[in-house]
Amino acid sequence: MADDLSNAPTEEKRTFTINFGPQHPAAHGVLRLVLELDGEIVERVDPHIGLLHRGTEKLIEYKTYLQAIPYFDRLDYVAPMNQEHAFCLAIEKLAGIEAPRRAKIIRVLYSEIGRILNHLLNITTQALDVGALTPPLWGFEEREKLMVFYERASGSRMHANYVRPGGVHQDLTPQLIDDIGEWCEQFPQKVRDIETLLTGNRIFKQRNVDIGVVTREDALKWGFSGVMVRGSGMAWDLRRSQPYEIYSELDFKIPLGKNGDCYDRYLCRVEEMYESTKIMQQCVRLLKQTPGPVMPEKSKYAPPRRAEMKQSMEALIHHFKLYTEGFHVPAGEVYAAVEAPKGEFGVYLVADGTNKPYRVKIRAPGFPHLAAMDYLCKGHMLADVSAVLGSLDIVFGEIDR
Amino acid sequence: MSQSLEDLGAHIKSSMTSAIEDVSVALGELTITARAEQIVAVITFLRDDPRGRFTTLIDICGVDYPERTNRFDVVYHLLSMHLNQRIRIKVETTEETPVPSIAGIFPCADWFEREAFDMYGILFANHPDLRRLLTDYGFQGYPLRKDFPLSGHVEVRYDAEQQRVIYEPVKLTQAFRNFDFLSPWEGMTLPGDEKAAAEKK
Repeated sequence: MADDLSNAPTEEKRTFTINFGPQHPAAHGVLRLVLELDGEIVERVDPHIGLLHRGTEKLIEYKTYLQAIPYFDRLDYVAPMNQEHAFCLAIEKLAGIEAPRRAKIIRVLYSEIGRILNHLLNITTQALDVGALTPPLWGFEEREKLMVFYERASGSRMHANYVRPGGVHQDLTPQLIDDIGEWCEQFPQKVRDIETLLTGNRIFKQRNVDIGVVTREDALKWGFSGVMVRGSGMAWDLRRSQPYEIYSELDFKIPLGKNGDCYDRYLCRVEEMYESTKIMQQCVRLLKQTPGPVMPEKSKYAPPRRAEMKQSMEALIHHFKLYTEGFHVPAGEVYAAVEAPKGEFGVYLVADGTNKPYRVKIRAPGFPHLAAMDYLCKGHMLADVSAVLGSLDIVFGEIDR
Repeated sequence: MSQSLEDLGAHIKSSMTSAIEDVSVALGELTITARAEQIVAVITFLRDDPRGRFTTLIDICGVDYPERTNRFDVVYHLLSMHLNQRIRIKVETTEETPVPSIAGIFPCADWFEREAFDMYGILFANHPDLRRLLTDYGFQGYPLRKDFPLSGHVEVRYDAEQQRVIYEPVKLTQAFRNFDFLSPWEGMTLPGDEKAAAEKK
């Protein structure tokens, strides 16, 4: 750090170089920002990332397709299932398989649970960054309940490994579907409670209104997606414009911002939580009407049923081969994207016809958002850096990969 | 859907004959192969053309094919929010030949190109600031190349005597096991199989 300081020019204007992070509580993980300050005004931001780099893409090249799915949980660990979903969509597109209808509904249901998980964390910690302590305590109570739903479906609170190529791993129990329905009844009131703390709050508005303004042109130029473009008033949502699964038949609204500042992005996220709850309620209703399998039957990509394995030699062989060698995906390349809570999460998959992916490129939404940090923070005060960072919705698992 | 993509591909090819080598539509996705030295012109054209309007750069990534003379593919993904369409542009390059940077057209390309440089050692000409991005300060090698070992070359630990984190060559207590479950029978032509295939035709 000492040499950072000595690099500062010593002419009439003296800029000041400081390190923000990697162990700053508002750095949302392991971000090191090298800030060049003129007094309290930010002149330049140089984010140093990669402190959480685990080589996910390299590791996936050495694993079979099924073994690669858990890595996707560990990217954006705030909304794990949305990532798995993108990877499975890519495999399904290449292999030409389609999930049964019930599995599609379950996937949508859990994608929306993931969206609420993410927004609850983001909104409340953004409030924490600008000085409010209560919202995280209220929000995390609901997150915990949602994680229990994750656990009851997949056996794990966070790293679910639940979405599989061709469907989902196991069916939901009727009791679980009822409980999710009940949860949806009471959740909007909880969001309204959090809103009473923040939406009209004078301090929260002073810290967020007109901070980190993104114009439409700049949102396009910098490759933004998700709430970052919707906050600037562009009606772009992959669930609506390039619908996957059953989103085209669901009734939901896409909230838009007007000014493109941190406050508008906060409002978008709050509205999205209400909309997600509506989608979840529709899914619960649909699930009760739609019995059926959640994995394709008699498929090379899905394991045979237990009962079948007791009787049939072929089923036993198939099960053994599926979990050792894994299935083969036809050669080709494909890009599949989902509207993850943070924006467009895409997977570019190059397959060479064997049981392992040749190359998987993970397009994380947070990556271009963080790359624009310099553009967003230039000319703002030092204290605004944490407000902007909070509204960008950064999670390092997906940025560093 | 695929018809409109084919039309778009034909339109792009006829407008930029010298820069485009190939146009294909597969799995509902349009892929064009371009000449690396022309990439800036191609991307600018796609952004400004009224039938393209690809104003969002989604991704840039490298792919390594060590057996080829032009070892790397650089793959660009563009999205048009106006016309709701996507396109993929591929260029080939070697370890030494730089690809012109498109950071002047899309500022977010800055980091994507830095990542491709970091992971594969692909060089980008006229890039404002081609530093490593994801790997450690002072890291050697390009980890996503196919010839880079999965276990890496160095490992770190905290040394109590020197009171700092030190780097050492990787020592694995158990040999690295790469299970190859790929069936030897799959994709193999047994003697006599070619006759059966010929009879079917």
